[in-house]
Amino acid sequence: MPLWRDVSFAVPWGSALLVRGANGTGKTTLLRIVAGLTHADAGVLCWRGAPCAPFAPPLRDDLLFVGHAPALSDELTAAENLAALASLGGDDASAAAVRSALDLLDIGRAAGVLARALSAGQRRRVLLARLALSARRLWVLDEPTTSLDDGAVAWFEATLAAHLARGGVAVVATHLPLRMDAARRMELVL
Amino acid sequence: MGINWFRYASPVSFLPLARALAPWFLATAAVLGGIGLWLGFGVAPTDATQGDAYRIIFIHVPAAWMAMFIYVVMAGWSALALGYNTRLSAMMAQALAPTGALMAALALWTGAFWGRPTWGTYWAWDARMSSTLILLFLYVGVIALRGAFDDARRADRACALLTLVGVVNVPIIYFSVRWWNTLHQGSSISLTAAPTMAAIMVTAMLVMTFALWAYCIGVVLWRVQAIVAEREEGAPWLARTAVAR
Amino acid sequence: MTEPATARGLPAGADTVSVLAALRWGLARDLAIAFRSRNELVVQLVFFVLVASLFPLTLAPEPGTLAMLGPGVLWVAALLSSLLALPRLFGRDFDDGTLAQVALSPRPLPALVSGKMLAHWLVTGLPVVVLAPVLGAAYRLDAAAGALLAASLALGTPILSLLGGIVGALTLGARGGSGLAALLALPLYVPVLIFGSGAVAAQAAGLSASPHLSLLAAGLLLAGMAAPFAAAAAIRIALD
Repeated sequence: MPLWRDVSFAVPWGSALLVRGANGTGKTTLLRIVAGLTHADAGVLCWRGAPCAPFAPPLRDDLLFVGHAPALSDELTAAENLAALASLGGDDASAAAVRSALDLLDIGRAAGVLARALSAGQRRRVLLARLALSARRLWVLDEPTTSLDDGAVAWFEATLAAHLARGGVAVVATHLPLRMDAARRMELVL
Repeated sequence: MGINWFRYASPVSFLPLARALAPWFLATAAVLGGIGLWLGFGVAPTDATQGDAYRIIFIHVPAAWMAMFIYVVMAGWSALALGYNTRLSAMMAQALAPTGALMAALALWTGAFWGRPTWGTYWAWDARMSSTLILLFLYVGVIALRGAFDDARRADRACALLTLVGVVNVPIIYFSVRWWNTLHQGSSISLTAAPTMAAIMVTAMLVMTFALWAYCIGVVLWRVQAIVAEREEGAPWLARTAVAR
Repeated sequence: MTEPATARGLPAGADTVSVLAALRWGLARDLAIAFRSRNELVVQLVFFVLVASLFPLTLAPEPGTLAMLGPGVLWVAALLSSLLALPRLFGRDFDDGTLAQVALSPRPLPALVSGKMLAHWLVTGLPVVVLAPVLGAAYRLDAAAGALLAASLALGTPILSLLGGIVGALTLGARGGSGLAALLALPLYVPVLIFGSGAVAAQAAGLSASPHLSLLAAGLLLAGMAAPFAAAAAIRIALD
């Protein structure tokens, strides 16, 4: 049984596609396809006009993917985790940059805490701190605002707006409301 | 020329072919097997040194050959499955694995029965026997890995990769086991090198080899039909061909 | 709106610099994690010692018998302890989502995987290499045999990490966990076991051990070149 058919979209530079839908409608699957983690049974994914197979280098070069999974190693501190992830993507992973990114999300105090001791909200913040370090052109974010408080959500909205204003592209699955510029916003309901 | 082989890369067009061919191969196997067994156990003379015990080679040697050969064929289908992403190739590899394991087990079993009167023991850590045992484990590994996933596509690709890693290793394993064997054991009577093979023995062996070939192809074509039916359950084309039958 | 300039810090492609940088990333991260969880590494090492010390209890501990069985027993113990450590290599990263980040990063995945495998060998294989001559002494192996055993393990245990990496990646998310991994890995380990333990046995029989060591070295080269690519492919299959 296919999850959906005839889903088609093109996201122009500077715009965000919000993917909405009830649980089980395949938001995460769609995001995994867009991120190049998995392939669609039929159809093509294009990045900058060229078709992309899963894990194709041109897509990986430009992609920042934040999925459901925490992607934090329990044995490393918040700062070490963030530095490792940033350096993995070739972003600025200097101690100063990492610290200021954590401060932006108000978890500078937890920088030296092992990830296993962080709360769900704190883990989410560490992950989102990557957005502050990253200059990738495509952000694919799965439920980025889950378990965040209002302040962090506001920070996320501002950061996303700045990314789009730079000309970046985002594909965001969310069932929570997001305040953003209507001109930059596209919506896909599954 | 003019035949589009990729046409048969799709289960839709391959299934009728498999359905039509499988009975023929199985019938051929039965006829050739009957002739081969009659030649091997009735007509061929008793061996001067090994007595009648040698007659088991008419089953043992073809089975051992098939066990090795099927692994290579499986690797070929696996390479196609990974390279071209064709569903049918993966299904063929899946259908081959149990038959390959059966052939390896048959070779080991008949080898043990040959070893008892000849070596005085069922199991002598002979190089060929040991490497066939490891080959059996490789087959069991592929089958077990297949069973460890619910997602057929994931299982296809993981098994294909494992088979390719295995096929690179098979020659190394054979070489290493022979090496180990020559270091640790004096030469013993080998199962395949009967001192003088009478022409009738060669004929019987060849007939049995073709019989096992036909059996393996027939059974694999039969099994692949079941796999297609299981995997594509509910697909509209499958219902159509079923009705057409 | 036009295409934005990219501000990536990584050079595109898989040139030597980016390959080495990726290898270093995998190595540094996994060594840091291993250092934090060193208790588990000690457990794995104790397991190795324990397996090796159980064998003499099952037979009459006569010097001749022990010296004859020693290399094989220590090699089997090394094999089993390597198997025990296998889930550490990719399992946790797969569970917590890091492996998806690794596979989606612009860095070359086989190089990242090589770094992780190297770290895995440094923390699980190298201690076994160092401990083996000590245990060898308990098996009445003389100094030369002990040194040869260590040499064979030094060449052979990295192959175990490399092949184990492929199997570990193939079994990610599979039912049957470590039993399945053992079933898949052990047949592949057979040549390593034969050449490794054979080196010491050949020397004891008055033959040269160098063919065995050469074959192990050749195997290490082959596995070192091919296994990272196979493991990378297996990881991508696992994430799909």
